[in-house]
Amino acid sequence: MRPDPAPTDPTPTEPGPTDPAPCIRLEGVSHRYGPTEALSDISLSLPPGGSLGLIGPDGVGKSTLLGLIAGIRRIQQGSVTVLGADLARADRRAAVSGRIAYMPQGLGRNLYPTLSVAENVDFFARLYGQSPQERARHIDELLDATGIAAFRDRPAGKLSGGMKQKLALCCALVHDPDLMILDEPTTGIDPLSRVQFWRLIDRIRARRPGMSLVVATAQMSEAETFDTIVALDHGRVLARGTAREIQEATGTATLDEAFVALLPTPVRAPTDAALPPRRAVDGPPAIEAEGLVKRFGDFTAVDRVSFRIEAGEIFGFLGSNGCGKTTTMKMLTGLLAPTEGEARVFGSPVTALGNDALGNDMRRRVGYMSQSFSLYAELSTRQNLDMHADLFALAPDRKRRRVAALLEQFDLGEVADARPDRLPIGVRQRLQLAVAMLHEPDMLILDEPTSGVDPIARDRFWDLLYDLSRNGGVTIFISTHLMEEVTRCDRVSLMHAGRVLAVGAPETLRAEQGAASLEEAFIRYLEQAEPPARESSASEPPQEAAPSPGRTSDAGPVGIFSPRRCWAFARREALELWRDPILLSFALLGPLILMLAMGYGISFDVDSLTYAALDQDRSRESRMFLRQLSSSPYFAEAPALSGFADLDRQMSAGRIALAVVVPPGFGRDLLAGHSPELAGWLDGANPVRAETIRGYLEAAFQGYLEEYAMTETGHAAALPPVTVETRFRYNQAFRSTDAIAPGVLMMLLIMIPAMLTALGVVREKELGSITNFYAAPVRRIEFLIGKQLPYIGVAMLSVACLLALMLGLFGVPFAGGPVALLAGALLYTTAATAFGLVVSTFVRSQIAAIFATAIIVMIPAVNFSGMMYPAAALEGAARVIGHGFPSLYFQNIATGVFNKGLDLARLYPNHLILAGFVAAYWVAASVLLRKQED
Amino acid sequence: MTRLLRNTVRLGVKELYSLSRDLVLVGLIAYTFTVAIYTVARGQQTELSNAVVSVVDEDRSVLSQRIRGALLPPHFRPAELIGLDALDRVLDSGRASFALDIPPGLQADVLAGRAPTIQLNVDATAMTLAGNGTRYISSIIQAEVADFLGRAEDQVAAPTTLTVRARFNPNLESSWFTSVMQVINNLTTLAVILSGAAVIREREHGTLEHLLAMPVRPAEIVLAKIWANGLVILLAAILSLTLVVQIGLGVPVAGSLWLFALGAGIYLFAITSLGVMLSTIATTMPQFGLLAIPVFVVLNLLSGATTPLESMPEPLRTVMLASPATHFVAFAQAVLYRDAGIGIVWPEMLTVGGLGGAFFVCALIRFRATIAAAR
Repeated sequence: MRPDPAPTDPTPTEPGPTDPAPCIRLEGVSHRYGPTEALSDISLSLPPGGSLGLIGPDGVGKSTLLGLIAGIRRIQQGSVTVLGADLARADRRAAVSGRIAYMPQGLGRNLYPTLSVAENVDFFARLYGQSPQERARHIDELLDATGIAAFRDRPAGKLSGGMKQKLALCCALVHDPDLMILDEPTTGIDPLSRVQFWRLIDRIRARRPGMSLVVATAQMSEAETFDTIVALDHGRVLARGTAREIQEATGTATLDEAFVALLPTPVRAPTDAALPPRRAVDGPPAIEAEGLVKRFGDFTAVDRVSFRIEAGEIFGFLGSNGCGKTTTMKMLTGLLAPTEGEARVFGSPVTALGNDALGNDMRRRVGYMSQSFSLYAELSTRQNLDMHADLFALAPDRKRRRVAALLEQFDLGEVADARPDRLPIGVRQRLQLAVAMLHEPDMLILDEPTSGVDPIARDRFWDLLYDLSRNGGVTIFISTHLMEEVTRCDRVSLMHAGRVLAVGAPETLRAEQGAASLEEAFIRYLEQAEPPARESSASEPPQEAAPSPGRTSDAGPVGIFSPRRCWAFARREALELWRDPILLSFALLGPLILMLAMGYGISFDVDSLTYAALDQDRSRESRMFLRQLSSSPYFAEAPALSGFADLDRQMSAGRIALAVVVPPGFGRDLLAGHSPELAGWLDGANPVRAETIRGYLEAAFQGYLEEYAMTETGHAAALPPVTVETRFRYNQAFRSTDAIAPGVLMMLLIMIPAMLTALGVVREKELGSITNFYAAPVRRIEFLIGKQLPYIGVAMLSVACLLALMLGLFGVPFAGGPVALLAGALLYTTAATAFGLVVSTFVRSQIAAIFATAIIVMIPAVNFSGMMYPAAALEGAARVIGHGFPSLYFQNIATGVFNKGLDLARLYPNHLILAGFVAAYWVAASVLLRKQED
Repeated sequence: MTRLLRNTVRLGVKELYSLSRDLVLVGLIAYTFTVAIYTVARGQQTELSNAVVSVVDEDRSVLSQRIRGALLPPHFRPAELIGLDALDRVLDSGRASFALDIPPGLQADVLAGRAPTIQLNVDATAMTLAGNGTRYISSIIQAEVADFLGRAEDQVAAPTTLTVRARFNPNLESSWFTSVMQVINNLTTLAVILSGAAVIREREHGTLEHLLAMPVRPAEIVLAKIWANGLVILLAAILSLTLVVQIGLGVPVAGSLWLFALGAGIYLFAITSLGVMLSTIATTMPQFGLLAIPVFVVLNLLSGATTPLESMPEPLRTVMLASPATHFVAFAQAVLYRDAGIGIVWPEMLTVGGLGGAFFVCALIRFRATIAAAR
């Protein structure tokens, strides 16, 4: 079963008694994701200074294995010992993680795109606790050695694929690791950058001979130089040994062939690479591009690109990520409008967005597959196909036929009901291809369709493309960075930095450069195009770089809390925030706008209440009463009512809030001393308003009685036996703004900071940079507090703006202690941001994070904190919720300082409780936050 | 036209699938329309209820005892007797909202007809309670003193009386108001966030671009988001009104739920369009979140669902006429409390629909513009 070559190698791969202390030792490691087994009983070891290549297509467990070795993935079964530490133990893991460097899969996935090259490296250096001098020296040295020193101030997001990988390497090397783990480092970069990358790795290894290296790659040819190669398939080791041993054992000439030979299931030999000649097709060329230019701001992504693709041709597009391939393809599909130039598809110009008939007609003839997975992860494989069939308006029977055929053709039958987010990349790519071909288009535009697809599936896919091209006359425009695929195209074009360097049949291009292989030819083309200054030092001999100074970073125990590492996170977060001025301005302007609207808008001084009278008496006495109402500033009179039906109608429509009814014969009865009864009808829809009206109405009625007594008897009504003198404390003027503004401050200071931190962590999870937290020797609390600090800063800035608004514009009195308020605000925003962190540990999506903070925070803050109604009157669950949330205590502080003129001496219990909330949230977030993946 | 309809339906169904797969989100929606309604309606009493009155009784007479005893639940918690020196403290700490200072010799002065003065200290930071409570307490004291003097006939002697009754909510119970208004507030919050975030998510995941490379028009994508998210929220709100508000809280809903559902549908069209419009201004999810907060907070707090519209300054009231929430709250109050028919509320429905149409057109124009500008 396992053609394991005998370990004749000087670096034995099986753990043996002679091996003193292997750098890596895995024993019986298995790993599953739900029902899927990713790794099954893997044992291997690597001596210090050795190199190990993991080969195999995507989805076979390479990344899982690397994650386990790096300590970022939780060990389920078996033991993993790295640099003498058992990685199952958190303390050992933390101690050793400072000696491991891990570079995850995906171009620059763990980099921060808005940070510059130097800032990215600086962040990693800080994370490992290096001093300023060390950092400066390391950054210069590494950027020089990798040849990206010229771009040190460019944001990482704007680097080409190759440069991103070099930067990621710098970041990984900044702490002089003893073990370097690279997960598919060259996937998606151009041939020249690839060659440069491996040369760089060789030089680094020459400088640090003690460093061990583990690399996973899907491109078997890259693994040839490693001491040990382990071929993986479906979570099992197929073979191990040197490249030669494996080739000898399988009787093959290349690793690629050896791998295919190793697979347990017999695989049909790949079709002969020679293409049958293309039949000429009449009609206009399938694609014509003339001088296409696309600029984003001052960045030219595509620079005067022209080419022609004949109908039925297979046209290859080669180049690194970020060279403009994707942008060109998008312009041809109409997704992007070119800045200059013109594109024609099947003779008609491409209209951007194509929401007219012509554009849609073109879309029906074109199948497009984008580079990143862009189907719905929430729908099953079959549902995705069905939905696209419907959108392309396939007739029901054709839809059924096509979906069945594609499931069969792309070997997706087994996963028809599985959701794509659970499937390996290779399977997802097959699904995307199936979707692109669903409506049997005349042209396929495929953006790197086979990246991550294993060699066997790739061969079958190309058979299909041949068939479509030669027998179906389908034009195929395909981009790739794989050399094997380029040779299969009718013609190829080499693109670099937005420009097309060469176009022609593969053989012609090779001959033109006089190169032995197409790859070599391309490297020459690229070298000719490169400005000579760029990457100069990359080709220098290794001694050019200063000798490695040896270990400089903290590699010992991690310690309880390192302010330095915490500051590394805080500084980076602040830089990212600073680079997003839109977010920052929303964060500062939003609260100001809200304070303005609420301060003016929320008021309890109700006036101009609309009322109408139904005067059935129309006497002098009734008019005297009604005059009391019409002269009141609180009431606004609506036209008199004609009867009770009118009263009903007006009140139902909400046009009047109060109706007063004077009965017939009121004046007569009054004079006769029969004590007639006046009636007031309130609109009870809004009880608060109704209560207020009742109060005003009763006051008006009292006024009427006094006036009546004066006119009838000549002297005032008898004084009541007791007077109740009301003293409105704290807000003598009874101004709503004074009462409500502190509450608005309380509300704003929790909603916005909490949402910002909640999103902060979830976003890192979605985008992948959370890996840095997993991989680095940092404590959870350092990460959490570091994450929080910039947002506390923003919140305190917001406090300053809001206070200026409250005191300056609204003239809210400020009688209490400023220290009490500022200390309270600091504690409160710290609690708010910490609460956001707690939320972020249990929500998965950014939508849920926004929603959870909005809904969870809004109710206790607005309803149960005492902002609108006194907290003392709360009952039941509301009382518990109100007291279990920080808002109520800051509300106490804010009203205490603003309205009641209190200082810290009186308010400090609230501060203590707020501090308690901060501590509780920190503990909760630390417990809930995972330091590893599953 | 049929294609527009077909694609819109198809994409909307997809939207429903996506929603149903995010269990945390489904859980939050359920929470929003159940627990969040119930606790607020039960817990937050806007009427005078459980008010805490502290009494400094310097008289210790029969009359002062009677006054203390007259402050009864459910309006008041049993009056707490404190010393004069504690008066400031109980108000400062917010433990009591009112403090009554009964002077020495009150009873004697009353009997002698010297019309003594009782001082009522009110924490005016809680303004609604302060106003209503003052009125209640004053009239209770007056009634108690009159009763003490055996001068109940004082009332009869008045030349005329005023009877005030409230329609639609005879006892002016606040839970009738808060529960329904909370449903509306949560509906607004949800509609803004769900529709807008759905667009941002598609953009961040690259699926939007994929759709646009197919024979699908931007209008179809936007409409699908609107109807799918709107439908979920509408169903949740109607369920909440019947199960939580009517059955759980025992609030009688006077009007037709069908009419309400129709109006809510129109309103949701407007608000989800607004959400999509916001999503075209923000480029990332955090930006969208920060943009959405002021929008839904203003819509909720200044719509008349929290404080009466009459209390807002005139210019702001005019501005808020551009908010569909203002008209929808008026519509909902008319239909649900006052049993108003379509003959009465059609102007509000028309206005909400018109505003919704304007938002929709803006959203669509902006949506196309952002796609064209995107990478």
